[in-house]
Amino acid sequence: MDFETIKKRISEKFPSVEFEEFRNQLSARINKADLLDFMKFLKEDKDLHFDYLTDITGVDYLKMEREPRFDVVYHLYSFKNNVRLRVKCGVPEDDLDVPSLTPLWGAANWLEREAFEMFGFNFVGHPDLRRLLLPDVFDGFPLRKDYPLRGRGERDVILDLK
Amino acid sequence: MAQPSYEIKTDQMILNFGPQHPATHGTLRIVLELDGEVVKKAEPHIGYLHSGFEKLGEYKTYNQWITLSDRMNYLSSLANNIGFAEAVEQLIGIEIPERAKYIRTILAELTRIADHMVWVGTHALDIGAFTAFLYAFEAREHLYNLFEHVCGARLTTSYTRIGGLMRDVPEDFEDMVKWFLGYFPNTLKELHGLLTRNRIWMDRTRGVGYLSREDAINCGVTGPVLRGSGVAYDVRRNFPYLIYDRLDFEIPVCDDGDVYSRYLVRMEELVQSMRIVEQALKDLPDGPVNYFDHKYTLPEKEKVYDTIEGLIHHFKNIMPGHGFNVPEGDIYVATEAPNGELGFYIVSDGTNKAYRLRVRPPSFVNYSCFDKMVRGNLVADVVAVLGSLNIIAGELDR
Repeated sequence: MDFETIKKRISEKFPSVEFEEFRNQLSARINKADLLDFMKFLKEDKDLHFDYLTDITGVDYLKMEREPRFDVVYHLYSFKNNVRLRVKCGVPEDDLDVPSLTPLWGAANWLEREAFEMFGFNFVGHPDLRRLLLPDVFDGFPLRKDYPLRGRGERDVILDLK
Repeated sequence: MAQPSYEIKTDQMILNFGPQHPATHGTLRIVLELDGEVVKKAEPHIGYLHSGFEKLGEYKTYNQWITLSDRMNYLSSLANNIGFAEAVEQLIGIEIPERAKYIRTILAELTRIADHMVWVGTHALDIGAFTAFLYAFEAREHLYNLFEHVCGARLTTSYTRIGGLMRDVPEDFEDMVKWFLGYFPNTLKELHGLLTRNRIWMDRTRGVGYLSREDAINCGVTGPVLRGSGVAYDVRRNFPYLIYDRLDFEIPVCDDGDVYSRYLVRMEELVQSMRIVEQALKDLPDGPVNYFDHKYTLPEKEKVYDTIEGLIHHFKNIMPGHGFNVPEGDIYVATEAPNGELGFYIVSDGTNKAYRLRVRPPSFVNYSCFDKMVRGNLVADVVAVLGSLNIIAGELDR
């Protein structure tokens, strides 16, 4: 299945989706309100059948001065068509709620926990949204662009522990 | 007289497994909820080796980050080097010379063998079969000597560069690989003899850590775990990179979904890796190993000393704050590392450093369904399942 067919099939159902092609990879941008429906459609549609969630991550566009500030990035794969699709969803700084994909994929559980602790997205509907790699008392979101490489961070946490 | 009751009353108990435990091969901690000896719930606590490689990727140039990729899965560092270099090369849009492709393929497969040797040795050791460990580690030792000969280091290889390799392989590389190909089948035979139809091994691994096909897809597992659950997905076949589309090899699949089937898949992968190395070695072409445009790769030393262009390119590549710029955009490139799909998602803002560097580690996703696999099994099986996943803590936590 080529990109044109995928685009056509998605546009029939979700006309607001914007597509982008770079280096022979297809990305779809969806607004936050439709994200869960869109993912459900991608997963369950008989033609597209993107039934495999490869990755969830975030990007902070603070230094590129773009609105909204964050992107949640999903990578999907379809066993049936052997094709990948990247789904991006903009998240503004003042509203970090993102619908959780845990009802659709078990893989979303840890990946969303990691995205939460690194960027601070609040995945609504996640059964167990705790920090995963960092200590529970850790303050701040390390992969945000305003979090420095050194300095703030660990030192404050250690003081708190005392 | 009342009949005595033989039912043993058991209590719910919490057992802390790790963070330091010989069977975890790294710092992992699992909190097990037990009922007698049966696992009711397993909650992995990870992050003891978190080193912030993704954050560091935003502060290091692309070539500098290669040294960090060694430290992720330190048993298959060459596979990480290759995966990262492939991703950046595709983002720039350059194609490396044929010889570099062949060498990368050979080394990727030899790394797979080395990684699987550590896996089979320690996995068997955890379950109680000591002898297999000795055979496996002897083979690994030969491979590590080979890597040392090629890259100068055994574990932290850092062999690839963006656009090619650190240097060409030494003259006797082909002979060494050929010698290994002649030596290795015997090791494999010994391992099969020690384990495959071994009654204790089969009892300990069959039906343990079951993961159904649906669960495997739903949980996003990759590599031998996914193929051990009956899904024939391999990045080398589904999205061929390097020279994999020209080679003749098979993707082993086993339907049972237990520890034993993952064992069988990995053992068969060793044979396929040998086939790949053999074919690649046969047509290994001559020529340069670095991309011709020295904007991206270091020029040869003669050019640096004798020509002004070479000197400029050399300094541009080496000096801090310089280096090549990468076009603006984002890309996701996956390669098949020994543990599964190793993906790199790179966002570039057009400078010489990545704006965002995301590593999709196979161990992390494979480990996330650990609870599903061990629930209802015995405590001793936890170690068997852990061994079958081949979790590497450095890659898990990054």
